[in-house]
Amino acid sequence: MSLALALQSGDVTSLPSRRDEAWRYTDLRAALRAIPEASPKDEASITAGPFAAIAEAEALVIVNGFGPDRLTVAPGEHRTVSLRFIASPAARAHHAALAIEVAEGGFLTLLESHEGLGSDYVSDLAINLQIGSGATVERVVILNDSAEAISVVTATVDLAANATLNQTVLTNGAKRQRFETHVSHPGQGAAVRLDGVYLLGDASHSDQTTVVTHKGEGGTTHQLTKGAVRDSARAVFQGKITVERGADQTDARMGHHALILSERAEIDAKPELEIYADDVSCAHGNTVGALDEEALFYIRSRGVPLIEARVLLISAFVGEVTDRISHDGARQVAQDWLLASGMGAS
Amino acid sequence: MLSVTNLHVEVGGTPILKGLSLEVPAGEVHAIMGPNGAGKSTLSYTLVGREGYEVTQGAASLNGDDLFALEANERAAKGLFLSFQYPLEIPGVPSLTFIRTALNAQRKARGEGEIGAPAFLKLAREKAASLKIDFDMLKRPLNVGFSGGEKKRMEIFQMAMLSPKFLILDETDSGLDIDALRIVSEGVNALRSPERGMLVITHYQRLLDYIKPDRVHVLAGGKIVASGGPELALELEETGYDRFSQVAA
Repeated sequence: MSLALALQSGDVTSLPSRRDEAWRYTDLRAALRAIPEASPKDEASITAGPFAAIAEAEALVIVNGFGPDRLTVAPGEHRTVSLRFIASPAARAHHAALAIEVAEGGFLTLLESHEGLGSDYVSDLAINLQIGSGATVERVVILNDSAEAISVVTATVDLAANATLNQTVLTNGAKRQRFETHVSHPGQGAAVRLDGVYLLGDASHSDQTTVVTHKGEGGTTHQLTKGAVRDSARAVFQGKITVERGADQTDARMGHHALILSERAEIDAKPELEIYADDVSCAHGNTVGALDEEALFYIRSRGVPLIEARVLLISAFVGEVTDRISHDGARQVAQDWLLASGMGAS
Repeated sequence: MLSVTNLHVEVGGTPILKGLSLEVPAGEVHAIMGPNGAGKSTLSYTLVGREGYEVTQGAASLNGDDLFALEANERAAKGLFLSFQYPLEIPGVPSLTFIRTALNAQRKARGEGEIGAPAFLKLAREKAASLKIDFDMLKRPLNVGFSGGEKKRMEIFQMAMLSPKFLILDETDSGLDIDALRIVSEGVNALRSPERGMLVITHYQRLLDYIKPDRVHVLAGGKIVASGGPELALELEETGYDRFSQVAA
């Protein structure tokens, strides 16, 4: 069951639904009655993307599924790429696949944006990311889908020894949105950071799902996802870390912390650690709470209006995640994104 | 300056203040003393606009502005400042960012332009030095991990930066050792001016050795039951609050 399969066959019964355990909180079958026609080519509607301010970035643009299908970084090469997935149609569907290969010792700063310019489109993207020995990928993703869109991104990541993946995903959600990251972790000095931020309002939905499998000794995975939901929005966090037999000295930490700002909003969190090795250090923490009313009053008593006081507290809460972005320009974009998210309104 | 007339306040349906009246003219420092449960903190929270404090009767104004018609942040912009008995920790917000946000919000509400970063930092360095606050501490999240004394000093620092017209100090001496008490009091005294009024709420006379009041009021049973000069505070230290509790009952 997958969106890709359904788009290929035109058969809605191929869509994952809440009867599939992994899709329990992100029911695509209920959200989509029929598979729409294929999205048309469209080169006209390209405007400046969210990472436009980062001058050194070369652009790679895929519109409605049309565009390049490969990105490579040569051994030892450093590249900064603004990878833009643009969806411009209404009531159309598209699929795209992209293979990214970073060779030994390469460094890729991947500034990835998913930009919804249309309305009720359906988008399915598959990204395969190969990170060679000693290579690094800094991936910062902004999901800016249209509110009526259905969007699924599935990334499959393979790391070699001593490779690094640092990922931060920022989202405001969609009608149904799923961002999946599957990491095959070799241990052997490889390091993975998988972070996420969601700020959801109205009726939007967003699902960040990660699956990390530690297959060898001496690997690290550090995960921190934070978010806030208001109105009748729904956030899903599913994080699974498996430490296979023999993957000793694995250091895995997973944190998911969220704020619920209204009674109708919902957060579904499913952290899972499956550990088959003996000598590992693994921990996870998961909390959901409300904004601190006393802190809000304190801030207001200093002259800050309620909406700004809320924004200050919410962006400070999730700012812990964006502070971990090492690329200065991307971190600034992420921080501006937080302040512009409009989460302060009641 | 501050004028409170026949103020009645309930908290969760229980009457706490029962007809409190008070006038603090510009340039004066008034102390409010009273036993636990007399309504001292209720008075300060009601004046600055905390939710859950229901005014059932009476009025309060600052320079003629009806305080109860204003939101908490609007009262602050009019120049009202409360130094909290228990200052809140604000994780993730550096102290300087917090104060600059507050200062600019107040300036905006008053129709003034924003203060620029260089001018703000210059002012912050000056005020921090006079309060013996390490400048690096101002880069840390507000009050997070600060000691009780550091939090109180940070309240006075905010006060110095925001330059309010009327200050309410709620049990500012609690949790302070003698050295910190001196520094905090000097910070408060530096803000005394003919245009500024202060209300010092305290349980003990000790603070008033450092911040000398013009008038002392005794709050008991939700009302002012006695008023006098600074000597009243000394007298209370001798005799305690018992006789006033009886008057109020």
